[in-house]
Amino acid sequence: MPGLTMAQALNAALRDAMTDDESVVIFGEDVGTLGGVFRITDGLARDFGEDRCFDTPLAESGIVGFALGMAMNGFKPVVEMQFDAFAYPAFEQLVSHVAKMRNRTRGAINVPMVVRVPYAGGIGGVEHHSDSSEAYYAQTPGLKLVTPATVEDAYSLLREAIDDPDPVVFMEPKKLYWSKAEVSLPARTEPFGRAAIRRSGTDASLVAYGPTVPVALEAASVAEDEGWDLEVVDLRSIVPFDDDTVAASVRKTGRCVVVSEAAGFAGVSAEIAARVQERCFHSLAAPVLRVTGWDIPYPPPIIEKHHLPGVDRVLDTVARLQWDDEPDHRFLEAVRA
Amino acid sequence: MTTRATGPAAARQVASAPAATGVDEVAGRLLPAGTPIQFLDDDGKPTAQARRGSYHEPTTELLVDAYRRMVIGRRFDAQATALTKQGRLAVYPSSHGQEACQVGGVLALRPTDWLFPTYRDSMALITRDIDPVEALTLLRGDWHCGYDPKAHRTAPQYTPLATQTPHAVGLAYAAKRRGEDTVAMVFVGDGGTSEGDFHEGLNFAAVYQAPVVFLIQNNRFAISVPLSKQTAAPALAYKGVGYGIRSEQVDGNDAMAVLAVLQHAIESARAGEGPFLVEAHTYRIEAHTNADDASRYRDADEVAAWERRDPIARLEAYLLSTGAMTDEDVGGARKQAEVFAGQVRDGLNPDPKVDPLELFDHVYAEPTPQLREQRGWLAEELEGDA
Repeated sequence: MPGLTMAQALNAALRDAMTDDESVVIFGEDVGTLGGVFRITDGLARDFGEDRCFDTPLAESGIVGFALGMAMNGFKPVVEMQFDAFAYPAFEQLVSHVAKMRNRTRGAINVPMVVRVPYAGGIGGVEHHSDSSEAYYAQTPGLKLVTPATVEDAYSLLREAIDDPDPVVFMEPKKLYWSKAEVSLPARTEPFGRAAIRRSGTDASLVAYGPTVPVALEAASVAEDEGWDLEVVDLRSIVPFDDDTVAASVRKTGRCVVVSEAAGFAGVSAEIAARVQERCFHSLAAPVLRVTGWDIPYPPPIIEKHHLPGVDRVLDTVARLQWDDEPDHRFLEAVRA
Repeated sequence: MTTRATGPAAARQVASAPAATGVDEVAGRLLPAGTPIQFLDDDGKPTAQARRGSYHEPTTELLVDAYRRMVIGRRFDAQATALTKQGRLAVYPSSHGQEACQVGGVLALRPTDWLFPTYRDSMALITRDIDPVEALTLLRGDWHCGYDPKAHRTAPQYTPLATQTPHAVGLAYAAKRRGEDTVAMVFVGDGGTSEGDFHEGLNFAAVYQAPVVFLIQNNRFAISVPLSKQTAAPALAYKGVGYGIRSEQVDGNDAMAVLAVLQHAIESARAGEGPFLVEAHTYRIEAHTNADDASRYRDADEVAAWERRDPIARLEAYLLSTGAMTDEDVGGARKQAEVFAGQVRDGLNPDPKVDPLELFDHVYAEPTPQLREQRGWLAEELEGDA
């Protein structure tokens, strides 16, 4: 099948940004000669030289801190964290410095940098290779947080992240790296802060982002056979958040299920559910429900399918949206017990 | 003249160096002096050449300026501590006793160089000619650093330990990439050398041959934890050697030696010879901050011993003995310091003007819809209060 993979679109975005702007530099672990473990930086060191795309020592805090210093002095670094769980050593740099530098200097120093984080599971990774770590960043004022679900968005959101005057945590759903689409680049989609309606429907809204968008779409497709016309909202950008599009969708459908691969407890899915009920209470025919990963450390590859939100679990949850004014037995029983 | 390689190419040069010339020889060039470099003894008398290494004596003009600024710095420090007692400052970490490092570190820099200070380095900020009221903004309880870091080429003061290290390295590397001769100097304490960012910063600096000078102000205490519990290294200066960084140790209460070593370190970095690490042996005379009680963890005798090695008294004795200064100059410096302290008092006397709504304005270049919304809610609250 012809077309472009998400990995290729990301590579093209980096390539085009480097061509357009001399101040864009790319560095991280294995991003140079190897082209990254997922090949997102493939060929960039060769084509732009080792001054523009280079390997660093294996020290994530150092990488992010070094990038911040370069960003303070005229460069636009795009750094790769290699894997979600390998980004944790850089946490203090991101939270206390990258995110806060503008505020600490009352706007005098901005930090135009991008931290690319391949995240989430579904690729059979061993431990520490499949975390959904977005809530940590979403909780940090000063960071923008975006995650593409389509090939076109992968290109456009990454270009926008590099152009942004503020630091952006760019989370790449690993299992979608090899997803393909017919796109013509350079493509620019909607800017940060705009969610996209991926499928229009009238009965319930499935709100998803990153790796769960294709799951929601497939569930909506199957639901059609069962008589439900589901709308699918792809957030694209978690920070800034598009309250308007999400709320408009739920007001229209009257029902909402949030689908997220991360642990549900205190996760981004919880925030979405809270925002929806704050804004749409009088339009809701049922409580906002969530389909998330369990609140467990990410499981080993042989059983990860039991952790990941799948089509069946989404449909089972849609079925609990009080279609016949029946209360949701799962929680009703919990209350009685 | 050949162009010096940058980035990964430079890394390969460093990596290949030991094989070409022998590890011992390379390591030998990196090693600090066995005894801290000293130009003036504890009484301010010139030391023998052997104690001075190959470092050059700073100019008399620079030494006189350093003396004057140390006197002002100490008076400023005492004034700031006094202002905490009056509730004008939320907290103040004193650098009393570290004047030679605070002033020497800054005077060795050019105005075009960058300084990365910690919370204990307010004296360095005023030596950098940052307005003292601006310099104390954060400690006054405000939410931002108070001065324009780009205008003064001075990063905001860092409260987390050693996190500024990789920032200084990245900034210096960026300058080098553009062909500028900017050097970044990063201040860190003895406690900070245990932090991961210190080590990662050193490693990056060496790999990319970034023009950075690391000044460790070893004041012997990290709040209450003494140096002996911080490290088993024979001296903190040796921490640079493992990374391939030229390292030195200096008597941090000898302003002349601090200036001599740092001037050399900075010009070496500027000349493209890579990063340089300097450990200055000094002592924190006061408690960690006004809120700390140092009597719980150290003896008064120890403090008294270090007070006898006072950096201001030593330089004063030396400059008077050579005739570079007179008693009138000493009196003049003290008067100037009193005037400065008065300006600090006057400047901090009014309550700071803080607009709660501004808290939303610098989180991003453009506030998110959520921040705009919340700003509006707070504005309504404020109107309700009014």
